Amino acid sequence: MHMPATQSSSEIAYNGPMKILVIEDDREAADYLQKAFTEAGHTAHVAGDGETGFALADSGDYDVMVVDRMLPRRDGLSVIAGLRSRGNTTPVLILSALGEVDDRVTGLRAGGDDYLTKPYAFSELLARVEVLNRRASAREAETVYRVGDLELDRLSHSVRRAAREITLQPREFRLLEYLMRHAGQVVTRTMLLENVWDYHFDPQTNVIDVHVSRLRGKIEKGFDKPILHTVRGAGYMLKSG
Amino acid sequence: MALSMPAIMRTTAARLSALYLLLFAICAVLLVFYMTSLSARMLTGQTQDTINDEVLGLARAYQRGGLPLLVRVVEQRSRQPGANLYLIADTNGQILTGNVQSLEPGVLEAEGWTTEPFSYRRFGEAELERQRNPVADPNDTQSGQNEVQVEGEKGHNAIALVLRLPNQMIMLVGRDLGEPERFRAVIRRALMLALGMMGLGGLLIWFFVGRAALKRIDSVSEASRRIMGGDLSGRLPVTGAGDEFDRLSENLNSMLARIATLNEGLKQVSDNIAHDLKTPLTRLRNRAEATLSGKYKAADYRQALEGTIAESDQLIKTFNAILMISRLEAGYSSESTSRVDLAASVRDVVELYEPVAEEAGVTLETSVQDAFAVEGNRELIGQALSNIVDNAIKYSTDSTAKPSVRVALDRVGREIRLSVTDNGHGIPDDADRARATERFVRLEKSRSQPGSGLGLSLAKAIMTFHNGRLDLLPADPGLSVVMSFPEREDR
Repeated sequence: MHMPATQSSSEIAYNGPMKILVIEDDREAADYLQKAFTEAGHTAHVAGDGETGFALADSGDYDVMVVDRMLPRRDGLSVIAGLRSRGNTTPVLILSALGEVDDRVTGLRAGGDDYLTKPYAFSELLARVEVLNRRASAREAETVYRVGDLELDRLSHSVRRAAREITLQPREFRLLEYLMRHAGQVVTRTMLLENVWDYHFDPQTNVIDVHVSRLRGKIEKGFDKPILHTVRGAGYMLKSG
Repeated sequence: MALSMPAIMRTTAARLSALYLLLFAICAVLLVFYMTSLSARMLTGQTQDTINDEVLGLARAYQRGGLPLLVRVVEQRSRQPGANLYLIADTNGQILTGNVQSLEPGVLEAEGWTTEPFSYRRFGEAELERQRNPVADPNDTQSGQNEVQVEGEKGHNAIALVLRLPNQMIMLVGRDLGEPERFRAVIRRALMLALGMMGLGGLLIWFFVGRAALKRIDSVSEASRRIMGGDLSGRLPVTGAGDEFDRLSENLNSMLARIATLNEGLKQVSDNIAHDLKTPLTRLRNRAEATLSGKYKAADYRQALEGTIAESDQLIKTFNAILMISRLEAGYSSESTSRVDLAASVRDVVELYEPVAEEAGVTLETSVQDAFAVEGNRELIGQALSNIVDNAIKYSTDSTAKPSVRVALDRVGREIRLSVTDNGHGIPDDADRARATERFVRLEKSRSQPGSGLGLSLAKAIMTFHNGRLDLLPADPGLSVVMSFPEREDR
């Protein structure tokens, strides 16, 4: 899952080791997250309450923060709002046991960048944290995405692979655009549903799989190398080679 | 119910009655005192005026005819019945003429108005008294001319003007105070009566109102004790009088009903968890146990672990769905609503499911009459619709004709209806149709299909959250699931 960093930033987003701050008061959950992040090749620091977390986040240079909403001494949302008001732009993923639509809205409004409800699968959390990595967000500004011989022009809405034009439906285009922006990173089904369809629920059947396999058919059919990979138990990854 | 006094005093009604009684009594006493003193002063003033007139008349007689005429006039007037008193005495205070037989001592010594009412006795009274009351104390009659007659019941009070005639004789002109005193006594009696009545009224109000209130409150607290004891179906008594007690009871009753509903939901959730999560959890455990006890290659372990993860994910999904249903049924926050374009929701969901339908060989068609909008939550509506479309696609595949699902958005009366109709076998049995939206209910035929059995329950909870309805209607063939939204007020 952990990809070596490549120099060609337009080819593969930065996906090297990250320095992650976990602010979580549940000792067991925090330890598990620290261990799991470490196994995935990242460095994780844990703060057990809001005040400590705020101090750590304020002084340390973290790539991503995972913040529980309900924390002793200082509420998670207040920690985030405090950091934002001090000009700290470290991407934040909010963890919450509440999981109402409202909570997501208030969480994101307070300055969070993503939101995940407990209980969650670690693969989901890891995929989201890696996507949040601020060094990867540079791709937002690019107008042409390239992964191997696949090329997507965001302005002309055209897609080519090995100089051959590929016709996509608007939704397929957005799906591919998202996958290419996060090329080299695992993208989960819920992330796709959220970012491509703007829905935050779990569909009963894996409708996303069908959309992805359709897209795969269009961008892989007639080409010898697969480019859109399925990551078992997690999601998908667009990657050349 | 026997009430001890302290218990009564602890009731608000009794305290209020007592307070009002006290305030009212103070006001009444002050008023009566003011009235009596005012009227007494007026009566005294009148009496003095009368006396002054008499004195003027006597003075004129004295001017005309001197002492003899004065004495004659006094004697003449003394014989007339009335409240006026006349007396002429010598310098020693010996009574010479008039209608006064005896006086309190000292009255004649000071000239001018008597400062205090004094008691006196008229001529002829002793005889009258004796005739009326023959066994009266004989001492009375033996009292001397000048003997002091004080505070006897037969003595009268009067006020008078004492004058000294030019020949040093003393003249007294006075007036009996019987009339004003009677008046004062009448007022005093009225006051006592009024106070007594007030006290009695206060006690009665106290007794009835206080006791009635106490009784009502006691029945309410008794009912609440019963409910606290665990009988959530119990309700507080409502008499139907529509008073504040009834209103209070009604409000508490609706609160209890709400609590009972929530409690019921909670109970259902725990039942569901016990029944329906136990099965996959047991399966999960057994799979792990079997993998551990057998002799397998690394790849088999990997496969078992992947299966475990997949099963756990399904469990998490089910769990989230249960929590979401409970929250929606509990009427969790309504702040997250906004204007939702239902036509866009239909477009989104149909677009999302179109590849799935195509793969299953199901025709997915839409019929949108107008860009209807409702007040709601886009996420929730999308989720409900996708659950329903998901179901419809699954169950249309057993159709005898070419399977198709039709999503229609329409207005019927004051409702906006979003219906998803398939042409599968449907649910022919009415009872089954009604049961299909209950949690974890998976009708026999659907057991073969994957799913948690929560899709329609969640859709129903979402519709309840939107003040709408979810109806399952036979479509002949197939099933029509109708989401009915109330029309937005501003449209």
